[in-house]
Amino acid sequence: MSRLVSDTLVIAERNLVRLPRAPDLLLAFTVQPIMFVLLFVYVFGGAISTPGYDYVDFLIPGIIVQNIAFGGFVTAIGLNEDLSKGLIDRFRSLPMARPAVLAGRTLSDVVTNGLSVVVLVVTGLIIGFNFDASAVEIVAGFGILLLFGYAFSWVFAWLGLIVSSPESANSVGFIAVFPLTFISSAFVPVDSMPDVLQWFADVNPFTIVVDAMRALWLGAPAGNSIWGAVVWSIAILAIFAPLAVARYRKAAGGR
Amino acid sequence: MPTKAESEVTSEAPVAVREPGSAGDATISVRGVVKSYGDVRALDGVDLEAAAGTVLGVLGPNGAGKTTAVRVMTTLLKPDAGTIRVAGLDAVRDAAALREKIGLAGQYAAVDENLTGAENLTMVGRLYGMDRAAAKARAAELLERFDLVEAGGRPARTYSGGMRRRLDLAAALVARPPVLFLDEPTSGLDPRSRLALWETIEGLVADGTTVLLTTQYLDEADRLADRIAVIDKGRVIADGTPDELKDKVGGERLEIQPAEGADVSAVAAALAPMSDETPFTEDGRVKLPVRQRTGAIVEAVRRLDEAGVGVDDIGLARPTLDDVFLTLTGHAAEERENGKEEDR
Repeated sequence: MSRLVSDTLVIAERNLVRLPRAPDLLLAFTVQPIMFVLLFVYVFGGAISTPGYDYVDFLIPGIIVQNIAFGGFVTAIGLNEDLSKGLIDRFRSLPMARPAVLAGRTLSDVVTNGLSVVVLVVTGLIIGFNFDASAVEIVAGFGILLLFGYAFSWVFAWLGLIVSSPESANSVGFIAVFPLTFISSAFVPVDSMPDVLQWFADVNPFTIVVDAMRALWLGAPAGNSIWGAVVWSIAILAIFAPLAVARYRKAAGGR
Repeated sequence: MPTKAESEVTSEAPVAVREPGSAGDATISVRGVVKSYGDVRALDGVDLEAAAGTVLGVLGPNGAGKTTAVRVMTTLLKPDAGTIRVAGLDAVRDAAALREKIGLAGQYAAVDENLTGAENLTMVGRLYGMDRAAAKARAAELLERFDLVEAGGRPARTYSGGMRRRLDLAAALVARPPVLFLDEPTSGLDPRSRLALWETIEGLVADGTTVLLTTQYLDEADRLADRIAVIDKGRVIADGTPDELKDKVGGERLEIQPAEGADVSAVAAALAPMSDETPFTEDGRVKLPVRQRTGAIVEAVRRLDEAGVGVDDIGLARPTLDDVFLTLTGHAAEERENGKEEDR
């Protein structure tokens, strides 16, 4: 067990150390989300009506949730590269804890997700976002974000192991996650959508997590959203972590 | 090309640290191993044997099953049938323990391009269970030994192909494994890097490491291996010492291109005493196997001069992998390569 922890930390450290040396990834964590925040607030924001909230207050929790879901991309691309470049073979030939490669990957995503949440919150505060929350609620919000992001890292871990190249990890992930995030309450109020989309948006875990964030950070009515967000995160984790681990054994062994 | 004995002497120089690789049982023994992917039998009853401290060369074309063989021996794949014992351990039952005893350097230099050379080696050391200080010290030692001290602080993506291979090999040696598996260690390298890597491998063997090396190159197997197993379609079709194998193939060949209008049969007659076999003519060139490489060209030129036959070109051709396959199987090594890029 202690080997699992120490090996996981070694792999996580390896993933984080290399990050500043891959500037495109670093840009993906920082400049790209800021760009989207500015685009939505200043380009689309004026045309979107969000009764009861300034658009910037409405948007920040939503766009952070979108971002954190995409944070797992690094895992998908990284795992796929490790497979194609033979690093997974090397790891598997070492007397290390087998699950540490995936656990270390997803753990390092928690760190990068934390970084991108901070970048977005700071950007939001600069352009007029206001918390309407206690310190406990703000921290609880961060907790839900990181948990949801961690769960999605496992989705991407699985994805990274089933696709044939880093490029297709990128595009398959984008095609899968992009509609989920947009047909939700992240960017516009759900009741402005056609009926069919409303039905989808209401059961979409993204809506539930975004609503939980608005409840915690803006004092919006919570309903079941906070528990719902936690349950969804755990459910995603419970489904995709075993899938990813099984795929890892197969992908690495079967080649 | 130096003989085996000579190269072992000259390879002493770059070896700074003595690897205690000879300790314990370091033999490789593979019996009747079968591994299929779907309908394809990648390994179809393979037997391999390497004594401790020797080099076993596994020679074969792409797709012959070399990489699959390495993967089952290094615990990356479970065989469907057969037994594999490496360093006294069973590769399936004792897989975890075996991983402590082996080093693997694959076809693609498996290094993290965004980590520096030093960070790559330190990471591997820590994954072997060393603490950070010990892993760093071992990394520094290996960088020194593999002439990567200057490059050690740079990301591996800035390395040349030869440097990457050296780093990859260094990573395989972090835990001083008594048994080393090298899967086509020099494919894609320029001749100079290739030679340098050969010398490094010879140094390791001189220190007692058992090496299993796969290769597509007969000259590589000839230089490094104590024994060679020729593998084709998942089966070992021949094995023996390099000399035994070359005897089967017919050794080196003298090839002469007679001058325009020269009497080809006169060339053949002049050279006949040099070989046990009758010279033959192919595409206008006279060819004959020779036992002795040294002096063969000089003797041939002298004989042809005495016979008064003009010659355009004269040279020695080494038996290639193709010759081995042609002799052993009746088909060329490359003809099944179409549509199959990797050796799986």
